[in-house]
Amino acid sequence: MSHFFTYSVLTATVATALGLAAPFLLAALGETVGQRSGVINLGVDGIMLLSAFATYFTALRTGNLFYAILVGMGVGAVMGVVTAFISVTLKAEQGISGIGIYLFGLGFSDLLFIKLVGTPLPIATLNPVNIPLLDRIPAVGGMFFKQTILVYLAFVLVPVVTFVLNRTTFGMKIRAVGENPAAADSVGVNVVRIRWEAVLIGCVLAGLAGAALLMFDGIFQENLTQAEGFIAVALVYFGAWRPVGVMGGSVLYGLAIAVVLEWKSLGIIPLSASDLAATAPAVITVLALLTVARRFRQPAALGKPYERGG
Amino acid sequence: MSRVSAAAASAWKDPRRFVLSWVALPLSLVAALLLGAVMMLVLGANPINGYNAMIVGAFDGSYALGSTAVQAAPLLLVAVGICVAFRANVFNIGGEGQLAMGGLAGSATALALPHLPSVVLIPLVLLAGAAGGAVWGAIPGAFKAYFNVNEILSTIMLNLVAVQVMNWLLAGPMVDKTQNSTYGLIPETKLLPRNSWLPIIVPNTQLHLGVLVAVLVSVGVWVLLYRTSFGFRLQAVGLSRDASRYAGMPVKRTMTLAMTISGAMCGIGGALLVFGSISHRMVTDGSLTGFTGSDGFNGIVVALFGALNPLWSVISAFLFGGMIVGGDALQVATGVPADMVTALEGLVVVFVVSLEYMRRRSRATSLSPAAGPRTPLVAAGERGDP
Repeated sequence: MSHFFTYSVLTATVATALGLAAPFLLAALGETVGQRSGVINLGVDGIMLLSAFATYFTALRTGNLFYAILVGMGVGAVMGVVTAFISVTLKAEQGISGIGIYLFGLGFSDLLFIKLVGTPLPIATLNPVNIPLLDRIPAVGGMFFKQTILVYLAFVLVPVVTFVLNRTTFGMKIRAVGENPAAADSVGVNVVRIRWEAVLIGCVLAGLAGAALLMFDGIFQENLTQAEGFIAVALVYFGAWRPVGVMGGSVLYGLAIAVVLEWKSLGIIPLSASDLAATAPAVITVLALLTVARRFRQPAALGKPYERGG
Repeated sequence: MSRVSAAAASAWKDPRRFVLSWVALPLSLVAALLLGAVMMLVLGANPINGYNAMIVGAFDGSYALGSTAVQAAPLLLVAVGICVAFRANVFNIGGEGQLAMGGLAGSATALALPHLPSVVLIPLVLLAGAAGGAVWGAIPGAFKAYFNVNEILSTIMLNLVAVQVMNWLLAGPMVDKTQNSTYGLIPETKLLPRNSWLPIIVPNTQLHLGVLVAVLVSVGVWVLLYRTSFGFRLQAVGLSRDASRYAGMPVKRTMTLAMTISGAMCGIGGALLVFGSISHRMVTDGSLTGFTGSDGFNGIVVALFGALNPLWSVISAFLFGGMIVGGDALQVATGVPADMVTALEGLVVVFVVSLEYMRRRSRATSLSPAAGPRTPLVAAGERGDP
């Protein structure tokens, strides 16, 4: 245990945790926007898989990481159109259509991977960007200010999403159609349009989350996400639909994974018990769901399609 | 099945409704297969050869049919479990975890009592599987009923917990230490006692007793849901919790029980995966779906395509079991990876829930204006009912 509490190991663990947290955070922030508008998108994991593959394939073929990330976001947007059409326009049962999107993404991403790539090759990933001056702060610099651009972006989006949701007209409309779509409709808010926009934003962020995950791992494989997209949806509940709470949950999840990885490599816990230790974040999340369900109220129209006069 | 025939008769009077009620589900499959054909064309494969290979691989000859049935049995049990939960308007996505827990409980029982005769041991391991799955279904059920925790999320999280517990047990306390491998131990139990193996019931195939068990269970569940007062109570709770509470029904207990039964069904499925396997061990590969082969998710597709009815699910399970078996043949014949089947399943789900909207609209225009979007899939489970 004493090996763990050293300066360099702790710094590295926190830095890794933030890198691990970024895909969760991006996907969960997107899901927060969608859920505040009243739409549950359970297909996040499938969208992340598809965009992670698209990012990987583009990076492999062009070597240009900027294009690769853009393509990943583009795939997110395309899946967003599909998701919004099914959930908002066709008013389908959201929990179940999301499972459909997930299965499609899971199968199709691996299909393309086997067919188009075959032998997995690692790609060059994003270099960490040191923030001048701040990166020289002892400990803190190494933990927070030597990350990749996507990690910074994820955390910068937290105040941005908070601001948009709470302080802008667009955000107010999102919250209105999520709480009381009939009332919003009666004062001239286009419920369908606002929900479409919220779902699209959510799916583009899910695409970015897939790209961020791929950039962290540097290689694609079958079921790369390992249910991270589903965890992101749970983290929205964990954070009680508030971006800051969602960030707390994402960082906690990232820390738990990073600590288990570090303990495993330092031999603090035996290799065989690491699977058991890895259940900790999921157990914590279930317990958090219990507390949140009792203390916070979800958006009143969450999961309910809006039917005029219905 | 008088309900079905009466529904069919009434549907004839309204042709549009007849089409949407009875053709929507097959149409979803056809639409998914057509889109799949486009995908194959884009990938440079001949879709006719591809689908032909799938059909031959899954349904041509007794051996193929047997393999399809064996593949279908756990799917059917998961689907039947989903039918039970959905009757109470609870959506069980915890199949993956419940399968794992059922498999573990069954394996542990067989390893602990290796000397019991088959007649005792086989029912015992299936019951142990049911118990394991039931516990893993009761937790999210109670959370939903008593604390209003979204069951979709809690079951997904509990899937992750169950799989990691399974990986730990199979690589640690339950691992077969006698294997001599230079690359580390495979996460698997030792060979299970021969008395616990599910006997083959058709010679020269893989068709084992578990298939029969699965079909009998679904018939039993159909009776439970549609011919008993408990089934009525489930439906009442599913349609309106408030009204049921007003009528004096134990709503929370009923919801918990629905998820417990649902989990038990999946748990039996997990036991079938172990005791009907060719290796006769409980094996995984460390990945999330190493043991289940995604059956917990595939079962959702089966239940939806089976209109959330245990009897229709028998046919649906056979069809999707065939798709999974045929997926390997597809890969051999055309080079299109077997993952195609998972993608097709996703498309089927998307089309089924999307067509549901049109059915609901036709319902709203031709019948009562109050037919709203509240529980569209309860409506799907009872297509034809006014």
